[in-house]
Amino acid sequence: MSLVLFEFLQFALLLAAAPLLTGLVRKVKARLNGRVGPSVLQPYRDLWRLLRKEVVLAPNASWLFRTSPYLIFTAVWLAAAIVPTFATGLLLSRTADLIALVALLGTARFALALAAMDVGTSFGGIGASREMMIASLAEPAMLMVTFTVALIVRSTSLPQIAEFLLTHAVGIRISLFLGLVSLLMVAIAENARIPVDNPATHLELTMVHEAMVLEYSGRHLALIEGAAMVKLLLYISLIASVFFPWGLALDPSEPRALAIGLASYAAKLAVGGVVLAFFETSIAKMRVFRLAEFLGGAFLLGLLAAIFLYVSQGV
Amino acid sequence: MLSLLAFSLGVYALASLLGALLGRRALVGVYGLSALAAALSAGDAITFLATGATPEDALLPFGLPWLGAHFHADALSAFFLLAVGVAATLVSVFAVGYGRHETEPRRILPFYPLFLAGMSLVLVAADAFSFLLSWELMSVASWLLVLASHRERETGNAALLYLVMASLGAGALLLAFGLLSAGSGDYAFAAMRATHLSAGQSTLFFLLVIIGAGSKAGVVPLHAWLPPAHAAAPSHVSALMSGVMTKVALYGFVRRIFDLAGPAPWWWGALVLLLGGVTALLGVLYAVMQHDLKRLLAYHTVENIGIVVIGLGLALAFRADGLGGLAVLALAAALLHVFNHAMFKSLLFLGSGAILVATHERDMEHLGGLIHPMPVTAFVFLIGAVAISALPPFNGFVSEWLTFQAIVNGSLLPQWLLKFAVPVVGAMLALAAALAAVCFVKVFGVVFLGRPRRPAAATAREVDALMLAPMAALAAICTVVGLVPQMVLGLLRPVTALLLPESPWLVLSNWLWLAPLGADHSSYSGLVILLAIAFLAALLVVAVHRLGSSRLRRSPAWDCGFPDARPETQYGPSSFAQPIRRIFGTVAFAARERIDMPAPGETRPARLEVSLRDPVWDGLYAPATSAVGWLADHMNVLQFQTIRRYLTLMFAALVLLLLIVALSQ
Repeated sequence: MSLVLFEFLQFALLLAAAPLLTGLVRKVKARLNGRVGPSVLQPYRDLWRLLRKEVVLAPNASWLFRTSPYLIFTAVWLAAAIVPTFATGLLLSRTADLIALVALLGTARFALALAAMDVGTSFGGIGASREMMIASLAEPAMLMVTFTVALIVRSTSLPQIAEFLLTHAVGIRISLFLGLVSLLMVAIAENARIPVDNPATHLELTMVHEAMVLEYSGRHLALIEGAAMVKLLLYISLIASVFFPWGLALDPSEPRALAIGLASYAAKLAVGGVVLAFFETSIAKMRVFRLAEFLGGAFLLGLLAAIFLYVSQGV
Repeated sequence: MLSLLAFSLGVYALASLLGALLGRRALVGVYGLSALAAALSAGDAITFLATGATPEDALLPFGLPWLGAHFHADALSAFFLLAVGVAATLVSVFAVGYGRHETEPRRILPFYPLFLAGMSLVLVAADAFSFLLSWELMSVASWLLVLASHRERETGNAALLYLVMASLGAGALLLAFGLLSAGSGDYAFAAMRATHLSAGQSTLFFLLVIIGAGSKAGVVPLHAWLPPAHAAAPSHVSALMSGVMTKVALYGFVRRIFDLAGPAPWWWGALVLLLGGVTALLGVLYAVMQHDLKRLLAYHTVENIGIVVIGLGLALAFRADGLGGLAVLALAAALLHVFNHAMFKSLLFLGSGAILVATHERDMEHLGGLIHPMPVTAFVFLIGAVAISALPPFNGFVSEWLTFQAIVNGSLLPQWLLKFAVPVVGAMLALAAALAAVCFVKVFGVVFLGRPRRPAAATAREVDALMLAPMAALAAICTVVGLVPQMVLGLLRPVTALLLPESPWLVLSNWLWLAPLGADHSSYSGLVILLAIAFLAALLVVAVHRLGSSRLRRSPAWDCGFPDARPETQYGPSSFAQPIRRIFGTVAFAARERIDMPAPGETRPARLEVSLRDPVWDGLYAPATSAVGWLADHMNVLQFQTIRRYLTLMFAALVLLLLIVALSQ
């Protein structure tokens, strides 16, 4: 019973924390730019305002355009719930391993790219085409990182990875370091952050993600923005649980472990958000075809990490 | 099982006769009887696998007088017969509706049942003679079907190339059989199993089988005939050629390498693995560049064959190194993908047939917006597209997930080459899976979404129920197998027991979770994912409509304030693929873009020209063609000689042969 309870806690926590994390990143970025910036609670207000507005739909928008936001949000929400945040061994964690998690995010992206092409505008097409180009390199890079971790742990299941890395002295491994760098690059690309994409741009031709959602409005837009916030939370949780698993509650029903788990998770999110804001402020956006080099680099780093391990592991 | 199969073959023969005699009037009869026969064999195959029946043998008194015709049905035959049967049943039902739109039914009807009969026969043939005869029946029947629309110019070239490659493949298989039976002179498979080849002979045998089965299946670099031929055939035949005939070719490979050849060295696995990786990656890259829908689907067949071949290569490598449990995992992944691909590729080709009937177009540059006039076709095509892109919760993902699990365990292989090859092939597979998603966003987005690019797409109408029902059934199979893959995996147990007798079977105790290597390893559950998504989405819909607004207004598209009414301003297939062409195409296909921009004041339009080169065609086929041409030119002299010269030549040839015989003894 308590397992079901913790699972619901996980779902609720994700929903509650995601806008706050985005708000934090925006606030820190604003401060670094010398602005006061909006309150960290502004994303909640934005979402709430969008939810209460009417939806404006193009005349030729199909059912796919209207159902996609719900599917995208649920798929990302479910994927985020599978990643260990404050505790391992939750009810749904067996549903999907790291490979299935990548694929589940792939399903969400598939739906978003199709929705972008539904109305038949040139911006939707350019966004979908570029998003899929980014995904065609980012997704394999993430699978390579998965292979790397899986070779050490002998499993691709996320709670097992976190538990193994918590309880075994893995030591400092060059492969894990390469994998971390690769995963960080993927996370930046997948979340449409600078230098890959600019979440705050107003120049349409430099947009990827924003160009795809140009035709969305009202509650649909709220869901898509919400999904993007949950996805950012997911990637920071994922990096934290695989590479910095300290503090995760192995047994969440014990109050002390649960408290430590929640507190350390909050700390990791805060650190992740601040680091992201620093990184984004200190770098310029890349030209779209330079992305191939950036993501190709992530892919090759991941491959290199995997090859090191395949070769170094004996029989 | 064999007796029922004989009955099905009789039904196919009757259907073929009806088609030849009555032509269009026999349309329902031909396809109806074919569907019946295919359904019978599929049902029989399922019972055979589910009950674990003992293999059956039959020796019929025709064929070579001292040999007879051997037939043997075991679990491997039954599994492939199942995939062939299910796909062929549904495709035949579709053909009842589709065939009405055919202009020259007499060019299709007599050969269609023969094609199905040939494929069924290959799966049970148990001696070299009957195997090759059935193989050639399958090839020739499908070749005649490719030629059905002979009035289009491309068809002739496609058919000629197909004929050449099929002959090459059959020749290689003939020699491979010759090697196995050279010692005993007995052409039955049972005798071949007992043959022991020397290292050199077995290497030669292996390479011949790769050429023979690989050319039929479309393994790179022997794939060149496949896309044009599959695209030229009528759509329901394309579905069978792509979805099913390539699987029969893989059956030929598995039967010879896993069953007849005996223990294989590890490097066979390494070579097959690398071939599979290259095939998967190059296949999907070719596919992304296409704008002809059927050609694109055919290139995806090349990709998926690559995925199966990766699994087979891993299984060979694991078996050679004594890792039986992992060999079973890799083999099960490959065979599950065989079944899955037969389902979703048939579905997608039938979908392209429906589009062809509705719009008379297969060039994606002319389509668009079909989700409005053809909602059902769009929905089932979407399921096929998601399934082939290896995305959960559909079946394509399950088999790729299993293949990835086998790859993750590849570090247990001791050989250095394999230690490098396995992660590299894993990377190729990951790239191929991601690019497949790119490709099918392009297909679905361009064909079904957006605005119609030509009037034909705007005036399209939904096809009839006879064509929709089989597509819906295939989509349902893709979904159900994705949710509960244990159903099909369970049927594979006797197959792996036959090919890898000493190895433990996968752990499938729990129908909810798929955790093939045990509970303390990776697990996946498509069913839980679907249920969780359905539950959360329902919750979300209620919450959003309760808390927020549920108002909706239709208004022209925003498009940043400058919407352009011309449909050409949408992203089309070529523009969608442009980033991929720039990143991968410049390396793989030497893709070049040339922009011809008129000077200010000039009124001619600007032009963008893209040139692509096919490295396989340029590197292998073009030199081979010119070499054959050169040889033919120089041998032409022999055609115009006096009788005296001919007699001298014959005498010289005889002396040479006698010399060879004398020296070899």
